[in-house]
Amino acid sequence: MRKRLLLILTVLLTLTIALGGCSGRKAGDSSKIVVGIPQDLEDSLDPHKATAAGTREVLFNVYEGLLKPDENGDLIPAVAKEYEVSDDGFTYKFILREGVKFHDGTPVTAEDVKYSLEKSAGMTGEETLIAAFSNIKEVNIVSDSEVDVVLKENDVDFPAYAASVNASIIPKANTASDTNPIGTGPYKYVSRSPQENIIMESFDDYWGEKASIKNLEFKIESGDSMIMDLKGGSIDMCARISATQIAQLGDGFDIHEGSMNLVQALYLNNKVKPFDDVRVRQAMCYATDTQEILDLAFEGYGSPIGSQMFPSFGKYYMPELENKYPVDVEKAKKLLADAGYPDGFDMTITVPSNYIPHVDTAQVLVEQLKKVGIKATIDQVEWNTWLSDVYTGRKFESTVIGVDASSLTADALLGRFYSSADNNFTNYSNPEYDKLYEESRKTLDDDKRTELYKQMETLLAEDAANVYIQDMAEFVPMNKKFEGYTFYPLYVQDIAKIKIKE
Amino acid sequence: MQKFKSNQKLYIGAFITGIMLLLALTGTVFTPYDPNAMDTTAKFGSISLKHIMGCDNFGRDIFSRVLAGLSTTMSVAMGTVLIGIFFGTLIGAFTGYFGGMPDEILMRINDAVLAFPSLLLALVFISIMGPGKFNVTIALGILFIPGFARIMRGEFLRCKNLDYVQSARLMGASDLRIMFVHILPNTLQVMLSTVAIGFNNAVLAEAGMSFLGIGVQPPDSSLGRMLSEAQTYLFIKPGYAIVTGMTIALLILGFAMLSEGLEKNA
Repeated sequence: MRKRLLLILTVLLTLTIALGGCSGRKAGDSSKIVVGIPQDLEDSLDPHKATAAGTREVLFNVYEGLLKPDENGDLIPAVAKEYEVSDDGFTYKFILREGVKFHDGTPVTAEDVKYSLEKSAGMTGEETLIAAFSNIKEVNIVSDSEVDVVLKENDVDFPAYAASVNASIIPKANTASDTNPIGTGPYKYVSRSPQENIIMESFDDYWGEKASIKNLEFKIESGDSMIMDLKGGSIDMCARISATQIAQLGDGFDIHEGSMNLVQALYLNNKVKPFDDVRVRQAMCYATDTQEILDLAFEGYGSPIGSQMFPSFGKYYMPELENKYPVDVEKAKKLLADAGYPDGFDMTITVPSNYIPHVDTAQVLVEQLKKVGIKATIDQVEWNTWLSDVYTGRKFESTVIGVDASSLTADALLGRFYSSADNNFTNYSNPEYDKLYEESRKTLDDDKRTELYKQMETLLAEDAANVYIQDMAEFVPMNKKFEGYTFYPLYVQDIAKIKIKE
Repeated sequence: MQKFKSNQKLYIGAFITGIMLLLALTGTVFTPYDPNAMDTTAKFGSISLKHIMGCDNFGRDIFSRVLAGLSTTMSVAMGTVLIGIFFGTLIGAFTGYFGGMPDEILMRINDAVLAFPSLLLALVFISIMGPGKFNVTIALGILFIPGFARIMRGEFLRCKNLDYVQSARLMGASDLRIMFVHILPNTLQVMLSTVAIGFNNAVLAEAGMSFLGIGVQPPDSSLGRMLSEAQTYLFIKPGYAIVTGMTIALLILGFAMLSEGLEKNA
């Protein structure tokens, strides 16, 4: 009996070792890259249904819209060769590029474009993920290579929305885009194993510059083991690694430094006492030492910001606001005394516990606020609770979080401070700001709009709507075999640009 | 010989626990530095005369934080055990002494609570009441009641038909008097070792919950929270995790030996 048990155990052990070896990657397979991602694509592989930023960054390689963003934040033509705007600004005429093929080999037709736009705009009965697309009145096929999009109201940001992953062009014939994604991007989908990986292959008939690396695997790894996997070689690169983790990585990797394109701030509920008093908010700004936060919690990396805009938006960004509130404890105390809080007050900072950088920031803030007499306590909550209570329910005093831009528009960042905006979770309300915002929606001239946006940013800084901290630094470690990683001002990973070093 | 060996355990346990208690008491009134004060220049500072255990990722003195954390952890554990043993004894006494239908009902409820993994239940409590030191103590305390109740019930069941109880009853002593004046002192031996084990479990539970981020809230220190923070910097500053882990280990060891010693001494 014991002998048999021993035998079975031995066989099992051998199998474990032998089969375990199968999962490992063969060495020397140089035309393959494995990218670590922190979560599975559980929402949908259909670009019009992909809600999570983590899903969109993967699908960016499979799908393209009529236009697409480039690394500088400009829009470049993709499925459409060019577009024209009618004089009244209501009609956008897209001229399709010739010879663009879907991954299944069929050419892209005007019919597919009409179908895709209507589907992503929610005109076929599904929900739209691009709120601005509800502005589409109709999509008309003018000829085989021309499609007109007619809007209900003027919107100069329309092309930026048309470049989003959620507005990708997909074939009308594909009825199973949830599970079998077919697009026009540089990589085509091969297979997916839930909670394990997504495998792709470069698309040989791509209209533009073809992907350099043949095989692509997105491997799902939990955040903690990412560094271990990089060291062990089972993944070649991964995005958004913190400075602390980088320090543990050692040699063998090229570290690309970029920014997360987030506005990290201590967001204040402007409706709740004492944050309804501008002097209190300004005092908190004077009490906050951004550089100390960066030094203590971010190894000195990150770029300080002074308003609701990050540096990647070069055109709209105002570096002069960075130092609007230099550290000044005396001034902060005086402002607090003027506002009727000479001894400070108690407050709560609600932080989602899964974001360690935000929790760390909150810890430093507690110490800094203590110096001016404000007693802050941290309340860590789960991510879902944060979304429902803080973001949607607006039941909070203050929170540390990073807010991103969902599209390449200043509107994506500044629109949320319009008094009646759905996503105005800080309850900021200033009639002057509302007037500027309404004007910006109507203005078609780009320079004038930029000027209005800058006035809005200045107003947010002067009102100290929130305690603005920084645009966090992100690090992308990549195996030294590869080169060509490109940062985008959006939440995407462009693998097609990565090459193997000569 | 047997007696001597068990006493040895008792003495060592008492010694370690005594030192830990002393450190925890010190932590409540005095720490060399403000345990929450940050210092950019001392980030990951190494062991020196100024900072005998070095500094953490925020430049905070680890020794001060261990002291403060120790007192937090111990006060949570003590509160937990107090709640648990108080209500546990009450429930155990009544159900064990009287028996019958109420005993059946209470003990089945007890079984139901025990059937859940305790950490899961604690998570439910915390998500309802919100995190924080006080709430954690209450949540853990409630969770500890069934275990204590079961043990105390067994003791009362054992004692209720013994001769001295019978004679007390014949002398006309009331039920309450018999329960708490006559039987309770005789359960002290079992109660003490149960408390010591319970204390250990409470320390580990608090550390576990703080490790998961639902216990003591930052920047306040507790041993579990510190261990969780140290984990991120395991490669850069292994000393942080070692010092914190060792403190938890010593605390547990002391109480484990103490309870074993008490048991054998019986």
